[in-house]
Amino acid sequence: MTALPAHWLDKDRRELRLKESAASDRIYELLTTACALVVPALVVSIAVAIFAAAWPAFAKLGLSIVTSSNWDVAGGHFGAAPAVFGTLVSSAVALVIATPLAIGVAIFLSEFSPVWLRQPVGFLVDLLAAIPSVVYGLWGIFVLIPLLREHVMPFLRDTLHLGATPFFSGPAYGPSMLAAGVILAIMALPYISAVSREVLMAVPRSQREAALALGATRWEMIRDAVIPYARSGIIGGIMLGLGRALGETMAVTMLIGNRPEISASLLAPGYTMASLIANEFSEATNDLHLSALMAVGVVLFIITLIVNAVARWLVWSVARSRAQ
Amino acid sequence: MKTARSRHLVSGAMIGLTYLAAILATLPLLLILTHLLRKGASSLSLAFFTHMPRPVGEPGGGMANAIVGTLVLIGIASVIGLPIGIGAGLYLAEKKSTPLASSVRFLSDVLNGLPSIVIGIFAWQFLVRPIGHFSALAGGVALGSMMIPLVTRTTEEMLLVVPTSLREAALALGYPRWRTSISIVLRTALAGIVTGALVAVARIAGETAPLLFTAFGNQFWSTSLREPIAALPLQIFNYAISPYDEWHRQAWAGALVLITIVLIISIAARFATRSRFGAPVD
Repeated sequence: MTALPAHWLDKDRRELRLKESAASDRIYELLTTACALVVPALVVSIAVAIFAAAWPAFAKLGLSIVTSSNWDVAGGHFGAAPAVFGTLVSSAVALVIATPLAIGVAIFLSEFSPVWLRQPVGFLVDLLAAIPSVVYGLWGIFVLIPLLREHVMPFLRDTLHLGATPFFSGPAYGPSMLAAGVILAIMALPYISAVSREVLMAVPRSQREAALALGATRWEMIRDAVIPYARSGIIGGIMLGLGRALGETMAVTMLIGNRPEISASLLAPGYTMASLIANEFSEATNDLHLSALMAVGVVLFIITLIVNAVARWLVWSVARSRAQ
Repeated sequence: MKTARSRHLVSGAMIGLTYLAAILATLPLLLILTHLLRKGASSLSLAFFTHMPRPVGEPGGGMANAIVGTLVLIGIASVIGLPIGIGAGLYLAEKKSTPLASSVRFLSDVLNGLPSIVIGIFAWQFLVRPIGHFSALAGGVALGSMMIPLVTRTTEEMLLVVPTSLREAALALGYPRWRTSISIVLRTALAGIVTGALVAVARIAGETAPLLFTAFGNQFWSTSLREPIAALPLQIFNYAISPYDEWHRQAWAGALVLITIVLIISIAARFATRSRFGAPVD
């Protein structure tokens, strides 16, 4: 044991040190609080920035921005209904494909996977979230689209006779709502599966054991005892994936064909709000055009804000009920 | 009444389907990576890293300016995003239940979910529109704004793992609170915070949408913060949608370089946390 330094025993110096540390504590507290305040400030300034810039368009065109489908820059008409439609449909297609796969993987990883496979499979699925969207777009243009055009689209339309329905009719161009939906499905999958896996893992063992003890098969145990317990968390995960899909820009811009028309067929090209902004923003010629694009940004902002808030609330409610 | 036999058959089939889901879900990643390796490696050469882009029709050339541009943008974003994010994370971990803390937590999650193109519009509105031209600074600010909520949340999470007893021990020894936070708590959680920072960097390194009308891209050499700057993702995008085969080859090479950077950072992040949990705390 070493002796205490002499100056620790010196009363005046000790008081001085206390005073100094009180002052530096105050500075430290101010600094961290300022950092924390940046987050709300950022959200507010993003909202203010795009609402302010969109205001002229809303004032002049009103709600026709989202209800009209006439997007004519030269004529001063800005109706983005096809883009709103395309955003919703491509995301819906993505969820239809991604949800069963993601939940399947989550169930596999939490219940059935051999221990040695759990880490690598989980890691590979998580890595999907790390791939930049422009790389998805590049792969989509040169691999996915030819594959869809040559094989998948003719198969759906002719072999399965889905061409008789309006959803798969018409010529297979390649760049299409379907291509965008498939790439969005791959991109949303890791988000849905990560959240689902976490909530499934959090289901108590007793829940599973009770079901098995009552004579349930392993699948009945999952269906009747595990999934109901994790349901709102899984829905939260799906909403998070939806949020990703709605706002995704680059990959969709590269694959959807960028044609501002509403078509029931998934084989036809379309447009989304994000790709409309990406394509026209830096070439916008007049103020109204720019403002109309900002207005589309506002609509996208509001939709993703609601979807994300609901998703967080659902995931949090599971976390809270688990803590109790 | 279903027989036990049919119920077990259904159970087996459904379990089989989850195996199938696992195979289908890992397939895209493997397909994308192998295709990138095949296409990218054949177009990759030393010149790709050292030369400037050439005009259409001239073979060769590289993306030296875009690679440097991406590094500059990551640098600006980190200078903005890391200190603010870590500071906010410290606040959240220390003032767990103030109204500000809960709203910061909620709003960071909201910010994390915002489409990156909306962040681009925001940076454009404040840093491009008033000045009148695109700039590297605007691109860096857009990426930095995306980093803040990511770093905030991971820092908080990592700091919460540090045992309270450690903090109490430091305070009992007469450490001021700020030194306890910085040199005891933050230092203990350092590996985790570095992981969070790496994940954030990996996520923004490949972002394209927020750069479209902020950094904008540049065919020439520029590292000035006030000028438009080239970036790897932007260059890949422009080359991919062009009609020229030579540019497509360059896009594949660029994508291979970009994904190598991103995957190395992601995997490094993964190992940084693993060793933290694997090794005994000293």
